[in-house]
Amino acid sequence: MTGFYTLLYKELLRFWKVSFQTVLAPVITALLYLLIFSHVLAEHVQVYAGVSYTAFLVPGLVMMSMLQNAFANSSSSLIQSKITGNIIFVLLPPLSYLEFFAAYLLAAIARGIVVGLGVFLVTLAFTRVNIDHPLWLMLFAVLCSGILGALGVIAGIWAEKFDQLAAFQNFIIMPLTFLSGVFYSIHSLPSFWLAVSRFNPVFYMIDGFRYGFFSASDVAPGLSLLVVLACFVALSVFCLLLLQRGYKLRH
Amino acid sequence: MTPPAIRIHQLHKHFGALHALRGVDLTVQPGEFFALLGPNGAGKTTLISILAGLVRADSGTAEVMGHNVVDDYRKARQLLGVVPQELAYDPFFTVRESLRIQSGYFGLRHNDDWIDEIMTNLGLLDKADTNMRALSGGMKRRVLVAQALVHKPPVIILDEPTAGVDVELRQSLWHFVRQLNATGHTIILTTHYLEEAEALCNRVAMLKQGQVVALDNTASLLKNASELRLRIVISPDLLPAELLSRVIRHENNEYILGLKAPAEMENILASLRLAEIGIHEIALTQPDLEDVFVQIMGRT
Repeated sequence: MTGFYTLLYKELLRFWKVSFQTVLAPVITALLYLLIFSHVLAEHVQVYAGVSYTAFLVPGLVMMSMLQNAFANSSSSLIQSKITGNIIFVLLPPLSYLEFFAAYLLAAIARGIVVGLGVFLVTLAFTRVNIDHPLWLMLFAVLCSGILGALGVIAGIWAEKFDQLAAFQNFIIMPLTFLSGVFYSIHSLPSFWLAVSRFNPVFYMIDGFRYGFFSASDVAPGLSLLVVLACFVALSVFCLLLLQRGYKLRH
Repeated sequence: MTPPAIRIHQLHKHFGALHALRGVDLTVQPGEFFALLGPNGAGKTTLISILAGLVRADSGTAEVMGHNVVDDYRKARQLLGVVPQELAYDPFFTVRESLRIQSGYFGLRHNDDWIDEIMTNLGLLDKADTNMRALSGGMKRRVLVAQALVHKPPVIILDEPTAGVDVELRQSLWHFVRQLNATGHTIILTTHYLEEAEALCNRVAMLKQGQVVALDNTASLLKNASELRLRIVISPDLLPAELLSRVIRHENNEYILGLKAPAEMENILASLRLAEIGIHEIALTQPDLEDVFVQIMGRT
């Protein structure tokens, strides 16, 4: 197990050593979203009774930051290692593919949660947000960061250049997160887009996470949990299969 | 009985249309200092990558100390240290951090005594707390060697470790590697500097287009090389026609001629005298590994 712990430690140290860029920067970005959107829309939008628009934004922004950073952690670590060639340092030792996956995944979850917590703490300066179900929130934070962490491992293994990874991020991750109900309730959408949103797994991540704060959500929280669990299992299994086959890592 | 350090049987590998390895068989015994030679693209790095688990063979088997590199990869990798050809480093860490992390990957905690010993032998001790980014190319190469040794592997593969490396490092590296070999480590070396291979290695395999074309003790290879070499510098630069078939190399008025036996020197000198050609320099030499290499690569 020492091999696994070392790889996990290395991955944690990697983002922690540049935390200015990996933790502080996304917290500031989320804060800017909060300030701008709440300034423009707070007077006009109320989604749930008794919940201000600014408070409504908080869970979405926290989850969005967690997802983007969990993805960025595993994917950028892998692509950097592949391009600079230092991936060889983890391919030569007797690490199993399961240890490899678990270390990258847990580091991604850790980064997601550290950033999410950071975003949550700074938003407290601007609005008060109740937490109705803290354990539920933690479960969602771990599972959803895990989904994007696993997706990051897949993207990092698949991509051969930085621009392929950027395409993955800009054309898949960004649209899915922005169109998931971070800034609005999907019930405010026209029926076509409402139907489309139901096929977006990120919507269930945000909606289920929001339930943990307000006990209110667009769909039943159990459904969100089911979708999130299914996505986590499916992506993890897919990722493990790629690693077992040595896809693009062991030729 | 101790299993061979390396055993390779009928190894084949294709990369698309390229048949990179064509049924390679090779056994290296424990304690050998073994050279794997061949021109670029001969398959040396592919062979090493298969042993290291970085590349998967299409067919055939490869074992390290009796452990199959695919089915029993954990033990095989634990017993193998590889210094890769490409200069790689992790820019996030210092030298000591890199070596501690590499130890951890191999399941070793508290490995600092050995890490210090390797750093001392490779002249890295005063750079221990320097970030990898700040090191020169030669220093990075040393760290790469150190990383391959953190887990004290009984079998060590060095893939062109001296490419682009200064004389000082080359000498200290060979001193250290010889020391490792003397304490029982098996060393497998690829290099384009054939004089290094000749001086260090007790046995040599030559690869060409994915096949082993020569495999023998270094001494026997040199002994069996058929020709002696006569180096002459003449003027005027007009080598008699009957000597042209002997020319191995020729540059300006310097000629390297091949001889089957020392006695043939008589005839050569007689021809030159007859043609009234002056000899400015003359030397008879044994063929070196480079001559053998050129001969074998040209023949097959």
